[in-house]
Amino acid sequence: MNKLIAWFDERIPMTKTWNIHLAQYPAPKNFNFWYIFGVLATLVLVNQILTGIWLTMNYVPSAEGAFASVEFIMRDIEYGWLLRYMHSTGASAFFVVVYLHMFRGMMYGSYQKPRELLWVFGMLIFLVLMAEAFMGYLLPWGQMSYWGAQVIISLFGAIPIIGDDLTLWIRGDYVISGATLNRFFALHVIALPLVLVILVFLHIIALHEVGSNNPEGISIKKPKGSVPDSEKPKFTFHERFTKKYDIVDAFPFFPYYIVKDLVGVAIFLFFFCYVIFFAPAMGGLFLEPPNFEAANPLKTPEHIAPVWYFTPFYAILRAVPDKLLGVILMFGAIVALFVLPWLDRGKVRSVRYRSTLHKVNLTVFAISFIALGYLGLKPATEVYTMFARIFTFLYFAFFVLLFFYSKNENTKPVPERITK
Amino acid sequence: MKQLIKSTLLVAASLWSVATLAAGPTVPLDKADIDLHDKASLQRGAQLFMNYCLGCHSMQYQRYNRTFRDLEIPEELGIENLQFTGEKVGDLMTNAMATEDAGNWFGTAAPDLTLVARVRGADWIYTYLRSFYVDESRPFGVNNTVFPNVGMPHVLEELQGIPRKTTEEKMIDGEMQDVYVGIKTDGSGMLTDAEYDQAALDLTNFLVYTGEPMMLEQQRMGWYVFGFLLVFLIFAVLLKREFFKDVK
Repeated sequence: MNKLIAWFDERIPMTKTWNIHLAQYPAPKNFNFWYIFGVLATLVLVNQILTGIWLTMNYVPSAEGAFASVEFIMRDIEYGWLLRYMHSTGASAFFVVVYLHMFRGMMYGSYQKPRELLWVFGMLIFLVLMAEAFMGYLLPWGQMSYWGAQVIISLFGAIPIIGDDLTLWIRGDYVISGATLNRFFALHVIALPLVLVILVFLHIIALHEVGSNNPEGISIKKPKGSVPDSEKPKFTFHERFTKKYDIVDAFPFFPYYIVKDLVGVAIFLFFFCYVIFFAPAMGGLFLEPPNFEAANPLKTPEHIAPVWYFTPFYAILRAVPDKLLGVILMFGAIVALFVLPWLDRGKVRSVRYRSTLHKVNLTVFAISFIALGYLGLKPATEVYTMFARIFTFLYFAFFVLLFFYSKNENTKPVPERITK
Repeated sequence: MKQLIKSTLLVAASLWSVATLAAGPTVPLDKADIDLHDKASLQRGAQLFMNYCLGCHSMQYQRYNRTFRDLEIPEELGIENLQFTGEKVGDLMTNAMATEDAGNWFGTAAPDLTLVARVRGADWIYTYLRSFYVDESRPFGVNNTVFPNVGMPHVLEELQGIPRKTTEEKMIDGEMQDVYVGIKTDGSGMLTDAEYDQAALDLTNFLVYTGEPMMLEQQRMGWYVFGFLLVFLIFAVLLKREFFKDVK
C-alpha cells in the first residue's frame, strides 16, 4: 500500500494535496452552526449532478415530449420519482443553504480583506446558480415553467435599443418555444454545471489560500516565533501554513471537522428527506401547482410567480413603477452584494464586536430580504406593493448606511485569541 | 446575535401565518377527507371515472395495469369491467374523445385529468363535483359555483338528481340581497345526498391517487430512510465525540 502511494506521489501531488486541503489544513476551533452550509452546498451540488445525470437519461428535450417524459420518469421508471424529487428538492435546498452561507459571511465579515476574491467567487457561483435554476425550471415544460420564463426573459427587453433583439437572441424564437427549451437544456446540463464546478474549485482554492474566517473574526495566523510552543496546537499543519506564521487555536479539517460535519449532514438530511418523501411540492413552494399542467402558450395563468428563491429580487423589480428602472434595481440588488467587500470599510469583521448600529442594520437587512421573498410570491396589490417599496428601500439602505458608518464605527475591542 | 436570529425567525413565522390566511379561494371549499389506503373507495372511484369521465377526459400518463395493480383489482376483472374500447392492459388511458371533436361539441378541449388533483387540490375537486346547479342560461343547462360558466354538462346528474341553487334573503349594507346558501337536489337521482357525497369523495380519492400514484410507496420508503438516518446520526455523534477527545 505504501509503495503504491509512493508510486503515485512521485507522479502526481496526491498526498501533498490531501494534506494541504484536508489532513493538515488548519481550521479555527470555534466554528459554529453557521459553518455547516459550505459542506451542505457541496453535498447538494453532488446530489444535483448525480440525479441530473440519471434524469437526463429519460428526459426528452422537446416542446412535444418534455412534459410527458417527466411524467414517464415519475411513473414508469423504477424510482424515477425519487430521482426527480431529489433533484427538484435539491434545487430549493441549494438556495436555502447558499443564502444561509452568504448570510454567515455577512455576519462574520468573511468578505473583508483578505477574502474579497473568495467572496467574489462565491457571488459568481450564486449568479451561475440562479441561471442554472432558471433554465432548469423551464425543462418540465409546465405552465409556470413557460410563463415564468416568459416574464423573466422579457425583462431583458427593457434594455434600451438592443432589448428586443436581445430577447429574440435568448429565446431563439419570437415566443418561448421548443428552440428555447433545447438551448436551455444544453446550457442546464453541460455549460452551466461545468462553469459551476470550476467556480466552486476556485472558491475552495481561494479559501485555502487565505484561510478560513471564524465567528470571532480574528486571525489564527500569528507572526512567526511570537507564540510559545506550549500554546501551539499539538497537531501537525502543512508547512505551507506554518512557514510564515504560527498557527493558533486550530485543528486539522480532517478528521475533526469532517466528523463534526457528518452530524450536521445527518440533521440536514432529515429535513431534506422529509420534503422528498412527505412533501415534495412543499405546499406549492418547491413545485408550483400550475406546473402540473403542460405549457400552453394560449393560456396565461391567473398569477405568475417565480419559484421562491427568486422572489426577493422579483419583488424589488415589481416595486418600481418603471420597467427599466426596476430591472436596473433588481440587478443592482445583486451588484451591491458583489461589491460588499469594498462598501464595508470597517476593520472589525465579526458582528460580535461591531456597533449596535451595524447589528440593527444587518437584522433589518435580513428581515427585508425575507419579507421581499414573501411579497414576491403574492399578487402585486396596492398594500403589498407599498410594503415591497419599503423593504426595497431598507434592502439598499443597508449598503448605503454601511458605507458611511463603517469607516469610523464605534466597535468593541477585539480579543487577541479565540478564547473558547 | 441570538437576538438577531430570534427576530428573524419571528418575522418569518408571522409572514408565514399571513400567507396561509391570504390564500383562501373565493368560494369556500369543503374538506375532502380522502384516504389513499382505502382501496374500496379507490376502486369505486375508478369505476365512476371509467364510466362517467373517461368518455371525454383522458388520463394520458396513467396506465390501466398500473391502476389495477395499485388498487388491488385483479387484472382479468379490470379488463372485463373497466376497459371498454379494447385497448391493451398496459396502455395509457388515452381513449377519450378527440380534441377536435371536443372543440366542436363543447367549444374547448376537455382537460386531461391525470394530474388535476395536483393542479387544483383534492378539496377543489370534491367541492366542484358537488357544486353543479341548474342554470338555463348555459348551453347544457347547468353551471357550477366553484367553476363559473364551466363548459361541461353535469355528467353525474343521474346519480345526484337535479341540483338547484338555494338562496336566502339577507340584509346586507341595508339592502335585502339573495345570498347563496347551498345546493339542493330534487331527489330524482339514483343516490341519496349522503351517497352522492361519498361517490364524489371516492372519485376525488381516485384522482388524488392518479396525480401521485407513487405516494404510498414514497411515504413508506420515507420512514425507512428516517430509520436509517437516525442510526447514521447516532454513529455520527459518537464518532464526533470520540475524535473530539483529542481536541480538548
